[in-house]
Amino acid sequence: MTTLTHLDRLEAESIHIFREVVAECENPVFLYSIGKDSSVMLRLALKAFHPAPPPFPFLHVASGWDFRSMLEHRDRTVREHGLRLIVAENPEAAVRGINPFDTPTPEYTREVLTDPLKAALDRHGFDAAFGGARRDEEVSRAKERVFSLRSSQHRWDPRAQRPELWQLYNARKQRGESLRVFPLSNWTELDIWQYIAREDIALVPLYFAAERPVVERGEQWLLVDDDRMRLLPGEVPTLRSVRFRTLGCYPLSGALASRASTVEEIIAETVVSRRSERQGRAVDRDQTASMERKKQEGYF
Amino acid sequence: MPVQEAREHRGLLRLITCGSVDDGKSTLLGRLLLETHSILEDQFTALRADSGRAGGAGAGIDLAWLVDGLMAEREQGITIDVAYRFFHTAKRKFIVADTPGHEQYTRNMVTGASTADVAVILVDARKGVLTQTRRHAYLTALLGVRRLVLAVNKMDLVGHARERFDAIVADFGEFARQAQLPPVTAIPLVATNGDNVATASAAMPWHAGTTLLNYLETVALDDEEPAKRPFRMPVQWVNRAQGLRGLAGQIVSGLVRVGDHVQVWPAGTESVVARVITGQDERQSAVGGQSTQIVLGTEVDAGRGSVVAALEHPPQVADQFEATVIWLHEAPLLQGRSYLLKIGTQLAAATVAPVRYRVNVNTLEQLAAERLELNDIGVCELALDRDIVFAPYAEDRALGGFVLIDRVTNATVGAGLIRFALRRAANLHRQLLDVDKAVRARQKAQRPRVVWLTGLSGAGKSTIANLLERKLVAGGRHTYLLDGDNVRLGLNRDLGFSAQDRVANVRRIAEVAKLMVDAGLIVIVSAISPFRAERRTARELFEPGEFVEVFVDTPLEVVEQRDAKGLYRKARAGLLKNFTGIDSPYEVPESPEVHLRTTGMSVESAALQLLAYLD
Repeated sequence: MTTLTHLDRLEAESIHIFREVVAECENPVFLYSIGKDSSVMLRLALKAFHPAPPPFPFLHVASGWDFRSMLEHRDRTVREHGLRLIVAENPEAAVRGINPFDTPTPEYTREVLTDPLKAALDRHGFDAAFGGARRDEEVSRAKERVFSLRSSQHRWDPRAQRPELWQLYNARKQRGESLRVFPLSNWTELDIWQYIAREDIALVPLYFAAERPVVERGEQWLLVDDDRMRLLPGEVPTLRSVRFRTLGCYPLSGALASRASTVEEIIAETVVSRRSERQGRAVDRDQTASMERKKQEGYF
Repeated sequence: MPVQEAREHRGLLRLITCGSVDDGKSTLLGRLLLETHSILEDQFTALRADSGRAGGAGAGIDLAWLVDGLMAEREQGITIDVAYRFFHTAKRKFIVADTPGHEQYTRNMVTGASTADVAVILVDARKGVLTQTRRHAYLTALLGVRRLVLAVNKMDLVGHARERFDAIVADFGEFARQAQLPPVTAIPLVATNGDNVATASAAMPWHAGTTLLNYLETVALDDEEPAKRPFRMPVQWVNRAQGLRGLAGQIVSGLVRVGDHVQVWPAGTESVVARVITGQDERQSAVGGQSTQIVLGTEVDAGRGSVVAALEHPPQVADQFEATVIWLHEAPLLQGRSYLLKIGTQLAAATVAPVRYRVNVNTLEQLAAERLELNDIGVCELALDRDIVFAPYAEDRALGGFVLIDRVTNATVGAGLIRFALRRAANLHRQLLDVDKAVRARQKAQRPRVVWLTGLSGAGKSTIANLLERKLVAGGRHTYLLDGDNVRLGLNRDLGFSAQDRVANVRRIAEVAKLMVDAGLIVIVSAISPFRAERRTARELFEPGEFVEVFVDTPLEVVEQRDAKGLYRKARAGLLKNFTGIDSPYEVPESPEVHLRTTGMSVESAALQLLAYLD
């Protein structure tokens, strides 16, 4: 009898979580961000409910500044697995001039991500939403439950979290309250990459190093993904071999110089890496404890 | 770390770290992360920025800050919640439940210990074994952690003295025998510089044992041999896709193969395993720890809450237990109140009756108790409304551990560990009788119901109830009026007005009302019944439509001003304790069948309104 590896155990735990939600909640939704964590989470959901497709829709919050290849990957994935896709947007924000260049990041995030997310959750009456957050990503996430209760205003109260013992998740809630559920809570970035390698999961090509037109800002490389990218005086996009560790709005997602063009090479870089992955996200670095604040407001 | 090592298949170990304030727990964790290269450069940079901003640690980096997350705890300088940390070596991935040591956070320690394989208990070498050390050891062992590490930290501050270490180990050993703790491995450490954390200490050559990291990498784990125990799988959900009827669940123990004979509990129906589907693949077998789907060869009534088990090793089934209960909520556990109990994928209603004793976790003394407060640990008897499949917690965490959920707020209020069944449910049969409620109702030509009047003292409940009964009897109905005050003079003479006794009072009234409804009567209950939870429990005793909740809504100002019995004056003067509306809460009904706003309404019209509802 072979013993289960750490990936086998993480997989089994995540599948158990998916099934608990489907058994106990009325109207769950999968928050699909198109990134590598979402892709792993999708594979786990496909396994949990095989041979049927996952019995819930997939919600993508489109900021309007997503990388183009993310949207292509999204549509390809939805077609391939027969998923039900819901796209949430706040087009009115762009009309009011909200954009990643001029709007301070906290307001920008609220307008184009948090607010449309909350509106979509309310509009469809979802009572549970799967998110791909991991506890190793950020300090406030290290303390969040797998089943995390949100008030009817979608707020998180870190002081009033339900104790979560064994694998007994409490999915009960009052009308109007909802749950955010994190099946990848106990996965690390390395686990994610090892699982992608083991399962041969298709990802957005931006995760793999390739020559791309970028400009250097501070310590980050920013991709010039379309002609809306605002260049500073003297900036000229140059071709560099770069890859992304996380994907979001392209003017806010920093690339790192890399030649790792396969999963194996990325694992090699990740294992020796001395930088944590959210470092590429300007969103999280803007204030001390900014993630905790955003989560209290309803952000993932 | 070389890539090929990182890609090797590794095991998974869950551990819990506990220690008193200032024992250096966060520093030790920071050290483990550092030694396993799990701290990243930008986290370090952010830490520097934060340290500067808070003005605390100054220019130096405090390793403890790497693991202290939330704003609130930084401000207070304490750790307020369970945090999960991760690191890995070539041999294993580690999940650390990092729990605070203060007494008020027993809740968090119990949460962290519930899934841990190993507990690392920190002791400051200068202070030795403290009350808190004993409590942490007791709690982790209670929660089924079978391997304890006594990490004696700050050895540099006692001159790396072997005598000091040996004395602490002997002291702890004494307690371990007394408390019947599992085997303990003791390691002398210096977390700040890493002595005996990952590398053997040059300053303590006398320590012949292992380093902490080496111990964690090599200690044998139970779950590496899941097939040794009998097969059990709680069913989470039935997959009906494409006519499959796949029983989906995570195997908690044992091994299942295609062709195995199994039983589905609690009914005990026999069948045979036709297919095993793990992920997207057909398999011949599956083992403990795996999430899978089992398709049976025969049509069996199975759903969420069923447990599939090996035919030759049937599980136990019962509806009454003795259990250790750990109370996790600010509102105390009340005897007689009904809670939801979740165990595996099974859900039942559970009533605590009675609390046998409370444990002083510092002295292990057993103390008499009628309720459990936040962080109390007690041994209770529990009565469930149905049979469940279970195992004693000491044998099986998955089928022996349960949580208690408040029926109104949905909060997780308690955790429990089943010790044993009090009697087998199979021995208890409710006597079935030929003349039943329907027969008796037909004989009286009426629909038996309970009209439950709730409201403040002096709201007018008894007056309205009295008039309603007169009108019903005048109309040829068969009735009975259960008045709260009168019941307290007889059946409930032993009860006072504490929250505990109010719960028991309402429960007994409800049970009596249920018997009378069964006798075919229309029962009018007039009782303050201030708590939603008990009114809900009362409602659940009856069939849908039988329970008519009537909120006699007279504002406090009005009843207090009226004060027919002079009780409010006494309560305000402090002469009456636990008086509803004054120093004991009244929880307003959320959706009563009838809401009587009595201000400006006559007793006559209130009774007529009720009569109209009943017709």
